[in-house]
Amino acid sequence: MPYLSFHDVSYAVQNRPILKNISFEVDRGETLVLLGRSGSGKTTALRLINRLLTPSGGAIFVDGQDIARLDPIALRRRTGYVIQEFGLLPHWTVEENVAMVPRLLGWPEEKQKERARDLLEQVGLGEMAGRSTRQLSGGQRQRVGVARALAAEPGLLLFDEPFGALDPVTRHEMQQQFLRLQERYHVAAVFVTHDLLEALKIGTRIAVLDAGEMECLVPRDEFLQVDKPVTRSFIETIRV
Amino acid sequence: MDPTVLKSLLSDVVELTGEHIVLAGVSWLIAAAVGVGLGILGTRRRGLREVSVVVANILQTIPSVALFGFLLPIPLIGGIGRHTAILCLVLYSLLPILRNTIVGIQSVDLPLREAAVAMGMTDSQLLRLVELPLAAPTILAGLRIALVTNIGTAVIAAIIGGGGLGVLIFRGVASVDTIQILAGAIPAAVMALLADAAMTALEKRIRV
Repeated sequence: MPYLSFHDVSYAVQNRPILKNISFEVDRGETLVLLGRSGSGKTTALRLINRLLTPSGGAIFVDGQDIARLDPIALRRRTGYVIQEFGLLPHWTVEENVAMVPRLLGWPEEKQKERARDLLEQVGLGEMAGRSTRQLSGGQRQRVGVARALAAEPGLLLFDEPFGALDPVTRHEMQQQFLRLQERYHVAAVFVTHDLLEALKIGTRIAVLDAGEMECLVPRDEFLQVDKPVTRSFIETIRV
Repeated sequence: MDPTVLKSLLSDVVELTGEHIVLAGVSWLIAAAVGVGLGILGTRRRGLREVSVVVANILQTIPSVALFGFLLPIPLIGGIGRHTAILCLVLYSLLPILRNTIVGIQSVDLPLREAAVAMGMTDSQLLRLVELPLAAPTILAGLRIALVTNIGTAVIAAIIGGGGLGVLIFRGVASVDTIQILAGAIPAAVMALLADAAMTALEKRIRV
């Protein structure tokens, strides 16, 4: 059974449709990339999964359960979320930031610390545990953001253009690290981006969203053969 | 100056300074509780926020002497004496506390707030772990302004029998006695400066 599935999901604001009848499935160990231009609805789709927004039609299942019936707080605590702006708390240390969800879940303090340290090691920031997040570079901040998302051992990770604000070299390093972490943790990941190269690097499958509709959903290897207008225009962007 | 007169003036200053501290301090504590509380609720409920800020704004525009005068004839809450003066000071110092609480909380970065909610914080955790710590310097600045203003405004309490250092000042004005005016004004000014310094130090400490 897929870990995450969308069944005919729609979302509208005051009768203005943002997403129209979207369906897809994501298994654990898989990374589904939602590719689209600004305003295509890809971030909206992501925010429906952790119930920051509520669908106006259709249903979303996580781990076999209809999320509309789940407590949103509990759902969010087992769903990792990484955003472009990092969203790290400036008055907490790096380690405290990573341990946020374990803390919310009431893990014993020792276990919180141990988990945070372990994850910081894995993202190469073991030395930074006691620092303020303000002393970190953009790339380091997002490593903390990724570590934080993984801290409570979620089965599902949501990424909203997480590397969009980073320089190309740092972005490449982050993508490589993402692949290593995905290999190790085997989560179901949904990754929103508008960068096709990024999509091709990290996606298991790629879906193209345009004006709230899904134009295609294909395995990465087949993406460059898709002959649909928006998908073609994305492919154009990487042609030299 | 005659030593007996000086002695009695000094004992007046000590007693009235004590009264002044009670007037300004008690009213400040009440205003702090009401202002911060209302401010927090106001960030959750837009209607409450708008109404409370408008009311606090209007209260602030009433000249302080007039506000003391307005409350005099009102039964139960008004009348001559200290409790009316304290009520008046509470109303008067509400605005900076309320406004700074609201502004402080609302100016917490949106992505930060969103990340905290998306990580699974409840509203009270968001308030306790994110909003209040980050808004603390702004809220404290409002409390500082209210306290310093309060110490000055509390002088007017004397005209409705509320006591405090205003007693010396108004007596001095009535009898054209500069020494008495200064005996009231100087302690009040020193108190305001000390309060300002203490609050500023506190603000600096929490602004890491």
